[in-house]
Amino acid sequence: MGRRLSAFNLVSLALGLAFLYLPILILVIYSFNDSRLVTVWGGFSTRWYVQLAEDHALQEAALTSLGIAVASATLATVLGTLAALALTRLGRFRGRLPFSAMIYAPLVMPEVITGLSLLLLFVAVELDRGFLTVTIAHTTLTMCFVAVVVQSRLGSFDSSLEEAAQDLGCPPLKTFLTVTLPVIAPAIVAGFLLAFSLSLDDVVLASFTTGPGATTLPIRIYSDVRLGVKPEINAVCTIFIAVIAVVVILASLVTRLGERHGAAG
Amino acid sequence: MGDSRAGVIARPARPQAGRGEKFPVDRHARRLYGDHDQLSRRRDRAMPPDPAPPPDPDPRPMVRFDTVTRRFADVTAVDRLSLDIREGEFFALLGPSGCGKSTLLRMLAGFERPDAGRILLAGEDIVPVPPYRRPVNMMFQSYALFPHLTVAGNIAFGLKQERLPKAEIETRVAEMLRLARLEGLGGRKPHQLSGGQRQRVALARALAKHPKVLLLDEPLAALDKKLREETQFELMELQDRLGTTFVIVTHDQEEAMTVADRIAVMNQGHVVQVGTPSEIYEQPRSRWVAGFIGDVNLIEGELVSAGPDGAVVQDRAGRRFLAEAASFPAAPGGTVALAVRPEKFRVSTTPPADATVNGLSGRVVDIGYLGDLSIYKVRLDDGTLVKASVTNIRRHAAREIDWEDAVWLSFAPEAAVVLGE
Ligand SMILES: Nc1ncnc2c1ncn2[C@@H]1O[C@H](COP(=O)(O)OP(=O)(O)OP(=O)(O)O)[C@@H](O)[C@H]1O
Ligand SMILES: [Mg+2]
Repeated sequence: MGRRLSAFNLVSLALGLAFLYLPILILVIYSFNDSRLVTVWGGFSTRWYVQLAEDHALQEAALTSLGIAVASATLATVLGTLAALALTRLGRFRGRLPFSAMIYAPLVMPEVITGLSLLLLFVAVELDRGFLTVTIAHTTLTMCFVAVVVQSRLGSFDSSLEEAAQDLGCPPLKTFLTVTLPVIAPAIVAGFLLAFSLSLDDVVLASFTTGPGATTLPIRIYSDVRLGVKPEINAVCTIFIAVIAVVVILASLVTRLGERHGAAG
Repeated sequence: MGDSRAGVIARPARPQAGRGEKFPVDRHARRLYGDHDQLSRRRDRAMPPDPAPPPDPDPRPMVRFDTVTRRFADVTAVDRLSLDIREGEFFALLGPSGCGKSTLLRMLAGFERPDAGRILLAGEDIVPVPPYRRPVNMMFQSYALFPHLTVAGNIAFGLKQERLPKAEIETRVAEMLRLARLEGLGGRKPHQLSGGQRQRVALARALAKHPKVLLLDEPLAALDKKLREETQFELMELQDRLGTTFVIVTHDQEEAMTVADRIAVMNQGHVVQVGTPSEIYEQPRSRWVAGFIGDVNLIEGELVSAGPDGAVVQDRAGRRFLAEAASFPAAPGGTVALAVRPEKFRVSTTPPADATVNGLSGRVVDIGYLGDLSIYKVRLDDGTLVKASVTNIRRHAAREIDWEDAVWLSFAPEAAVVLGE
C-alpha cells in the first residue's frame, strides 16, 4: 500500500483513465463550445445550456426517462429483495437451483432478446406500448441486479440478530421490519440506485417496448444524433453524466456505510 | 466465597424492606414475567439476616428437562436428557465441544424444538410457546447487538415490545446502563464500543426484561483472559444481587467451577454428572468426569474389600491402598481405578512414617516449574507415570528433589476416589 507509484504504473494508469474518460471529457468540454461546429473550438459559452432550457421535446423526454427510472427501480427493488430473501432464507427448497439460475439469467441474456420477447408479449396481450411497457421492461432487467446486491448482503447477515429480537419478545414479522430490513437497508438502497441508473441509460429495451408519447431521453438523443451531432446534445449528455455520477457515488457511499455497520454487528 | 466476591461491583445501598426491589417492577412486567419478589429466593451468603436456604433436594424446579431428545439428521445432539435447575441458582452446562450444550440452551430459549420430551418452566410446559413469548432471555455468544440501534436503543428493544410507557422505559434503560457500568455510552452505536463494552450491552439488554431465567451461551469466550476473569466475578455478583436464575454454557471448566453453584457435566448429549463444583471435582462419578475436570492419576486395580472403613484396592503390582468411599462402583473382585489428583500427593525423599497412609515409590523423570506450583512426573517402579504437584512455598530454588531422585508419594485414604469401569 505504502509503495510509491513507479513510472510504469503511472503511465499505465494514465493510459487506462484516458481511454475511459477522454471521450467523455471532450464531450463535456465541447458542451461549453461557443461555435456551432462540433469540431471547432470557438471560445467558452453556456449558450447551449440556455438553448436547452427552451427545447421542450428534450425536456419532456428527460422527464419521461426520470419517471420510468423511478417507477421501475422501485418495483425492481421490491421484487429483487423478495427474490433475494427467498433464495437465502428458504434453505434448500425444491427447485432452488433452477430458480436462482432463472433470476440471474437476464444478467447475461442479450438485451436484444429480452427486448424482443417482451415486445412479443406486449403485442400478444394487446398492451398499448408506452410508459407502462418500458417500465415493465426495465423492471425485468434491473430486478436481478437488485437481487444480486441484496443477496450478497443477506449472505453475511448474522441470523442471531433475528433470534435476539425474537428472544426479546418481537414476533417474526415485526422482527423482519424492525431488525432485518434496517440492517440490510444499505444494500437495498444501493440496489435501487443501481436499478435507477441502469434504467436511465437504457436504449435497447426502451426502443423495443416504447410507443408514441413515451420517448425516453437516450432514445431521443440517439435519434437526434443520427441527423448530425448538435451542440445541445453535448449539453444534455453533460447533465446526464452529472446525474449518473451523483447516483453512482451515492450508491457506493451507502454500500460503504453498510459495510461498516455490518462489521460491527 | 461470598466475601471474596464483594467489591468487584460496588454494592448499592439497599433499602431494608425492599429485598426484591432491585428494580421498580411494574404491574405489566409482573404479569408477563412473574413477581420478582417471590421469585428471588436468594443465595446471598454475605447477608446474615437471610440464612442460606437449606439445600432442599427438589423444591419445584425453575426449569425441568424431562427426557428431552433433539436430533439433527444423523446426530442426536441431546439424548433423553433429564435435568432440574433450581430457582435462583447459577447453573453451568459444561462439556466438550459438540456435546449438545448449546442445543439444550436453545431449546430452553425456544429456537430449537425437542423431538421428544417436555421442558417445564416454573411447572409449565413451554415447548409449544414461541421464543417471543417465553419469559427467558438469552445473551448470545456473538452478542447479536442490533447494529442500527444505539446502546440505549438495544437495551430498550425488549421493553418496547411490551409497550411500556416511555418514561418507564427510560428509567429502566438508565438503570441497566448503571448496572452494567455503561453510563455515558447510551448514545453510542455498537461498532463504537470495545469488546468488553459490547459484552456488557448484551448482558444489560438480556437482563432489562427481568427474565425468570437468563441464558448465557459462552458469554465470555471473546474476551481476553484477564477481562474474562474479572467479568466472571461481575456475573456472580450480579446474579447474587438480582437473584435471577442464570444458566451458563461453557466448555471452560475453570469458568464453570468459578461461577456456578451447580454444574451439569455433559458428554455426547447426556448429562453424566450434576453437582456442586467441589462434588464434581472431589467426587467424580466416572473416569471420564475425573479426566475431564482437572488432572487426575488413575491407579488401575481390583477391589479387594469394601466396608464402612473404606475400600481396599490392590493394583497390578500387588500394592494395597485404602480409600474412603461411601458407595462402591463394583463388587469385591471387580475392576476399579483409584483416582488421585496431583495436588493430593505428598512428595518426599524418605518413606512415609505413618503406616496408615498409602504410599507409592518411583523416580522423578520430569519437573515442570509453573511459578506457584511445581509438577513432578514420577515413573513408578512398575512403569506407570504419575503426576504430583507441589506448592512452592519457599522462594529459593534450592531444590530438595531433583531429576532421577528416588521419591515416595503418599496420599491419605480420603484423598482417593474409587471409580468403576
Ligand atoms: N442446526 C444444526 N444442524 C445440524 N446439526 C447440528 C445443528 N446444531 C447442532 N448440531 C449438531 O449437534 C451437536 C451438538 O451441537 P451443539 O451446538 O449443541 O454443541 P455444543 O456443546 O454447544 O458445542 P460447542 O462447545 O462447540 O459450542 C453437534 O454434533 C452439532 O454438529
Ligand atoms: Mg455451543
